[in-house]
Amino acid sequence: MLTILFDGVAYGMLLFVLACGLSVTLGLMNLINLAHGAFAMAGGYATVVLVNQLGVPFILSLPLAFLIAAAIGLVMERAIYVHVYRKPHLEQVLLTIGLVFMAVAGTDYVMGSTQVFAHTPDALQGQFHFFGVGIGRYRLLIIAVCGLLALGLQYILTYTRFGSRLRAAVDDQRVARGLGINVNGIFALTFAFGSGLAGLGGALGTEILGLDPTFPLKYMIYFLIVVTVGGTSTITGPFLASLLLGIGDVAGKYYVPKLGAFVIYTIMIVVLIWRPNGLFSRASAK
Amino acid sequence: MVTPSLLRRATESLSARVRWHPLEIIFWLVAFGMIWLMPTRHLILTEIAWLGLFALSLDLIVGYAGIISLGHAAFFGVGAYAAALLAKHELINEPVLALLVAGLAAMVVGFVTSFLVLRGSDLTRLMVSLGVALMLRELANQFGWLTGGADGLQGVVMQPILGYFRFDMFGHNGFIYCLIVLFVLFLGARRLANSPFGLSLVAIKNNPLRAAAIGIPVDRRLVEIYSIAAFYAGVAGALLAQTTAFASLDVFSFDRSADLLLVLIIGGTGYLYGGLIGAILFKLMQDYLSVLTPQYWPFWIGALLVAMVLIGRDRITAWNAPLRDIAAKLDWRAGRRAAAAAEDR
Repeated sequence: MLTILFDGVAYGMLLFVLACGLSVTLGLMNLINLAHGAFAMAGGYATVVLVNQLGVPFILSLPLAFLIAAAIGLVMERAIYVHVYRKPHLEQVLLTIGLVFMAVAGTDYVMGSTQVFAHTPDALQGQFHFFGVGIGRYRLLIIAVCGLLALGLQYILTYTRFGSRLRAAVDDQRVARGLGINVNGIFALTFAFGSGLAGLGGALGTEILGLDPTFPLKYMIYFLIVVTVGGTSTITGPFLASLLLGIGDVAGKYYVPKLGAFVIYTIMIVVLIWRPNGLFSRASAK
Repeated sequence: MVTPSLLRRATESLSARVRWHPLEIIFWLVAFGMIWLMPTRHLILTEIAWLGLFALSLDLIVGYAGIISLGHAAFFGVGAYAAALLAKHELINEPVLALLVAGLAAMVVGFVTSFLVLRGSDLTRLMVSLGVALMLRELANQFGWLTGGADGLQGVVMQPILGYFRFDMFGHNGFIYCLIVLFVLFLGARRLANSPFGLSLVAIKNNPLRAAAIGIPVDRRLVEIYSIAAFYAGVAGALLAQTTAFASLDVFSFDRSADLLLVLIIGGTGYLYGGLIGAILFKLMQDYLSVLTPQYWPFWIGALLVAMVLIGRDRITAWNAPLRDIAAKLDWRAGRRAAAAAEDR
């Protein structure tokens, strides 16, 4: 029982790291980015190549995965996304679906279509028992890393100058611009950072989520659920939504395996009937 | 004050939309001519016909009502499974009747889910429409005893259409059947789009708030058009199931919904022919690309989508401006209309 809760929390934390970049970019620029999973996949494959072929230690490969995904994100933002901010949502959806298709087929071409794993060090394998609760070492690592990240993000957003500028830009872009805040610069940085986080999540997630070229398609719905249920104005909203989704999914698959993925869809529908604009959204100024 | 000449011009411009343009007549003559012109290509023409119908149904909600959907395959799938199941268990043996029932089944699903889809913002709509399609796929997968699960529904035998016309292996009768269904439903959609109902949808798409202010019941209209589009998609799915005598989980897949968006975008939204023209171009392109790179052709589909958005859809549709000029000259009634307008001034 508690083991399931533990696994669910680990899964949820992972989803949070994967999806929080998406929620910030959505809130900031009103950009629907369905290709977010592609950045996560880039991070995942970066880790696999670094660890398996270049012999980089697993722990060291995580920050590298972050940097690689962030760099790709920065280039993509400046080269492609910047053109569609002011276009209608339909165009954004078309563009990002196109990017997903390209990423899926391109990865298939370069890396092959089979599922791949990164070799994790022995110290991270297996589980130990703590007051009768089975705790996987790898999942403990995930919770530790993601928990620290969530705290760090919350700190940056609440207490730093960059964080207050970001919040100002999310609240009202025009006024923020009028006050001399470089919204475009903030957005490029945030987009890169969010992509980097997705890359880190993808790297951490190879063990749990599995990694193959269809990754961006498979997890698209999860990201969308986290973002819509959690709302886009805070970090805590997506965080709680991810936990809810993670625990719901793991518990559902464990207790009622016949129903499989239904549990999360049911959660999604109930939440939407109850609160159409997301669980934790506040009244938007726009 | 509404002067008689103003009134006449208004009626004139409204009825000009309704009248059949010569190009439209040519389009359908060529389409029916395919029965004799290309008898060896009827199988791919059949695919174009149901894909065109499917894209037409998406056009009704994207091009007219302005709802973006990532899960239109849900209704396509319901229609396909309904038609295959009806035939397999010999509940309704006559294909045309089964087609109607399958469409109605999809319509019911569309009606029920429309209340979920119409809540919230574009993003919520995307998520819910995608979620509904995935959920139905999961359902079809779980109820293996009914649907055949991942293997698909096999052993379906289709009875002759109207009791006379057998589905032959070259797909001749299948193509004629699909084409007639497409034409009849197209007439329905054309009538719908030009009716006050269709005009009110365009008003909602342009500005829901103002549409509500002039007394259009926005939510009700959206539920109605969503259900109708679901019916069309269901019929398209049923046509696929009937002409191939097979239904598999693939009918619900995300790729199908995404490809469909591309089909519609290639052809252009909001004028009904977009889906049909898009279906022709898409199938030809798919045929060509999948021979060139059997495994990686989605890459080029994706590249095309990205290129279309970056170049801008307006600029792409500008290529047919000379064509439209020719079309205007072809319209023999245009001269008469211009004369009437001059007289008013």
